[in-house]
Amino acid sequence: MAKTDRRSGPTRRTVLEGGVATGVLLATGIPVGAKPADSVTAAALPTPVPTMPMSLRINARDFAVELDPRTTLLDALRNHLGLTGSKKGCDHGQCGACTVLVGGRRINSCLTLAAMHEGDEITTIEGLAEGDRLHPVQAAFVARDGFQCGYCTPGQICSAVGMLGEARAGWPSHASADVAAASVALTDAEIRERMSGNICRCAAYPNIVAAIRDAAEEA
Amino acid sequence: MQSFTYERAASAEQAAAAVAARPDAKFISGGTNLLDLMKLEIERPAHLVDISRLPLDRIEETAAGGLRVGAQVRNSDLAADPRVRSRYPMLTQALLAGASAQIRNKASTSGNLLQRTRCPYFYDRNMPCNKREQGSGCAALQGFNRMHAILGASEACIAVHPSDMAVAMSGLDARIETISPGGETRAIPIGDFHRLPEATPHVETVLGHGEMIAAVTLPPPPPGRQVYRKVRDRASYAFALVSVAAIVEKSGDRIRSARIAMGGVAAKPWRATEAERMLAGAAASDGAFTDAAEAALAGAIGHGGNDFKIPLAKRTMRHTLAAAVESA
Repeated sequence: MAKTDRRSGPTRRTVLEGGVATGVLLATGIPVGAKPADSVTAAALPTPVPTMPMSLRINARDFAVELDPRTTLLDALRNHLGLTGSKKGCDHGQCGACTVLVGGRRINSCLTLAAMHEGDEITTIEGLAEGDRLHPVQAAFVARDGFQCGYCTPGQICSAVGMLGEARAGWPSHASADVAAASVALTDAEIRERMSGNICRCAAYPNIVAAIRDAAEEA
Repeated sequence: MQSFTYERAASAEQAAAAVAARPDAKFISGGTNLLDLMKLEIERPAHLVDISRLPLDRIEETAAGGLRVGAQVRNSDLAADPRVRSRYPMLTQALLAGASAQIRNKASTSGNLLQRTRCPYFYDRNMPCNKREQGSGCAALQGFNRMHAILGASEACIAVHPSDMAVAMSGLDARIETISPGGETRAIPIGDFHRLPEATPHVETVLGHGEMIAAVTLPPPPPGRQVYRKVRDRASYAFALVSVAAIVEKSGDRIRSARIAMGGVAAKPWRATEAERMLAGAAASDGAFTDAAEAALAGAIGHGGNDFKIPLAKRTMRHTLAAAVESA
């Protein structure tokens, strides 16, 4: 089941393919209709963990899964669906490494339950590119070297994509002099304030800001 | 995280009844604070009633000329609403000074009001905390308390309410509409909504179990210029040391009326009513602002680490009042 899901995946980059396949095969997620892979582990539990069926729509694909209600959206992505691009940093909404887009809006996937997102359009870092064509924000991060270790990068990029949408819609920020102004000029101060939910421990901030500025100007 | 069952509410009445039916049940909306606390097992609900998809996500004009904000309106949508930005700019400023964009996109209006304190001893299960475990004591009194309350605290608890939004809503005299399991509704003035700790710091609001917030109503915007100013340890994404929401109406060189609410200083948004009374009719001068700030902080008590908040709150209030007067 998991294998079929992987093969029909739309836009995963070839370089990730091997790693993703391994991830999916090792995942403890139970696609509907399949049995738990490891019956020894299941039998060792004193009581079975109650699960609930849910359907998630991620990167324009539907997944039917049976999960413990406690499963966060981040853990569903990483541990049960093989989508390990979204990263777990603090697991408390403070670092932004887990940022994904739900209905085009950026959220911390660690601070929400998978069960609360049935039917929502979820986009992760794996779903931004069109085939081999990078999303403009991804391309800008590459061009500007907007990272060092890269761990925060998927969250930074998803956050930036959401942020550019907010700015296009004219949403003000704490850095805006006049919150009633109809449009937003994305100065560096605006970009920094709007991206404050994403931490980069390598402190690649100057290049991250430059990449987002480029992407904003291009759009 | 402890195990729980989950259901999605079909209606406001059903949600209230579902929570009321079980003492161990809780509402979940944005979840940004509740899930954080559930991961640490500080919150341990056995049943969650998901109210995030109830049709309480609209901002509507009221007959009185104000706005009725549905409980499920996200913090980011409330901050970005053109009517809020033009008529209640202080509310937009307060919302945008709080949390991160990701959290504002998830956090609901009602959840923001109901968020728990960020006192480090409330979060640390190895330490005593009367709010987390009744009768265990307050570790903050003799501990690291630079973030803590200077007004309205008790020997049992010196935690502060962390919301920025609620401070602006306090200055705007918002009313909180609720629905109870039986379908009854009531409107609670925001000043009566949160409770001071006294001997029962675990009881934070006047809501009954199963009583659900349906909306927050803002009266028509009061005359005068609105300013929200927040002082914090970082430029962004940090809780307030002190914040001030001020609305000042001028008439010539004199102040006709003023409304002032403070954040980061107490277990609830703190209206500075005495300062407001002193400013009504006073000359719009730095002397009047200083007197008002002294009056507002007259009852303040520091606990060592947070002693600095008393002069900081006075200065912040003077500056905020001056900014509100500048172009009023």
